[in-house]
Amino acid sequence: MAENTDLEELRRGTDLVKRGFARMQKGGVIMDVVDPEQARIAEEAGAVAVMALEAVPADIRKRGGVARMADPADVAEIVESVSIPVMGKSRIGHTKEAQILEAVGVDMIDESEVLTPADDAYHIDKREFTAPFVCGARNLGEALRRIDEGAAMIRTKGEAGTGDVNQAVHHQRTIKGAIRKLEGMSHEEREAFAREIEAPAELVHETAEMGRLPVVNFAAGGIATPADAALMMHHECDGIFVGSGIFGAENPPEMAEAIVEATNNWDDPETLAEISKNLGKSMKGDANVDLPEEEKLQGRGV
Amino acid sequence: MSLTAGVVAVQGDVEEHAAAIERAAAARDHEVTVREIRDSGIVPDCDLLAMPGGESTTISRLLHSEGIAPEIRDHVAAGKPLLATCAGLIVASSDAGDDRVDELDLVDVSVERNAFGRQKDSFEAPLEVAGLDKPYPAVFIRAPVIDVVGDADVLASWDDRPVAVRDGPVVGTSFHPELTADSRIHGLAFFDNEAAAVPWLEGRN
Repeated sequence: MAENTDLEELRRGTDLVKRGFARMQKGGVIMDVVDPEQARIAEEAGAVAVMALEAVPADIRKRGGVARMADPADVAEIVESVSIPVMGKSRIGHTKEAQILEAVGVDMIDESEVLTPADDAYHIDKREFTAPFVCGARNLGEALRRIDEGAAMIRTKGEAGTGDVNQAVHHQRTIKGAIRKLEGMSHEEREAFAREIEAPAELVHETAEMGRLPVVNFAAGGIATPADAALMMHHECDGIFVGSGIFGAENPPEMAEAIVEATNNWDDPETLAEISKNLGKSMKGDANVDLPEEEKLQGRGV
Repeated sequence: MSLTAGVVAVQGDVEEHAAAIERAAAARDHEVTVREIRDSGIVPDCDLLAMPGGESTTISRLLHSEGIAPEIRDHVAAGKPLLATCAGLIVASSDAGDDRVDELDLVDVSVERNAFGRQKDSFEAPLEVAGLDKPYPAVFIRAPVIDVVGDADVLASWDDRPVAVRDGPVVGTSFHPELTADSRIHGLAFFDNEAAAVPWLEGRN
């Protein structure tokens, strides 16, 4: 049996360790929860992780006012209640909320446009943290700027709390479309494209060579049914965040389980049909076309 | 000869394992076709199997609901190789110490989930592994440790705790050999395991 492992060579919080964590979430569903009971329902249904929040985005929308990080005591309680990873949301640019969440022991921090941004100009310097971050993006420029700041995972912004998948589809198509365009470009065209989308050239080249984002790319924002989750997998997302769609539904445990199964069976219509039967009402939601511009969250933090 | 490899793909880092299998096979001049297993009916066609990292509760749940679990048991009973990493090892163990995981009992060890702590305690480090001449760059992510070893060989330990084992045709690791470009662990599990009954080992000297 081999011995003499060198404990001094141990390294934490490296890109490999942070991005590796995100990779372990692939093909999975991450669910918004507001208390330990919901967290246990999510875990029981097969969620790969839960996002601990004070209120789901649909309720944040309704309530208005300033939306902040959840009470760390509540987050800690959720961390204790399940064996799967727990994520928490900080405001955009709010380094201190992120540090508090890291201290409480969350496994990943979502620097999220769903909360009221704390900084108009800058995001958190995510490289300073041991905990990995996920950030939202509407297009390739936003995605690569966030990765440059240290994000280990990108998710579409979609339009959170609406139950309308329209904007998540739009953002995913925009990102994939830009990557396809990049693949056909010469070196100097890619350099010019990097300037145009205000992204670091190095990351633009890396993305072009890989034919995908250099980190895991999830869908988020408006996913409310098993069919919605399957649609986002069809659009080549690596996995799914579901916010208000589960605990805003008539029958949360069944909806949660169905979304997990649909994410695995996204390319099998007959199984999807079985999964989608008799789930009760999905969240009511608000159609994106009816939403006044000033109520949209996706423009926060570009 | 041409091989069929399967990667259990109900959840977790599947592409990374597929790429590592392809690299390990290419290094030995084997042709390999990798298939993703999200449904029953594919495992019986596979010469070798990898069970990836991910969330053990999710993987366990889907393996049973999709009817893949008994096929993996048959695969190992036939002596064909299986590499189970991190969550895969938890699911393959004989005791995961957690009733949310329905173990396959393919490796005679009990494991402790998240034994190194939460994600902020995850780490990478060079690891001495029996059968490899140089240390292996091991990545531990919310990793389990093996706390009781039954009828299995320990291949590596970290801080005196077993993190890689072999039980007949099955190799299990608490770290993630699929996350780095070094495919020696895949080579060890699939091509250099004398205990595995595989056609490509039979004819060799």
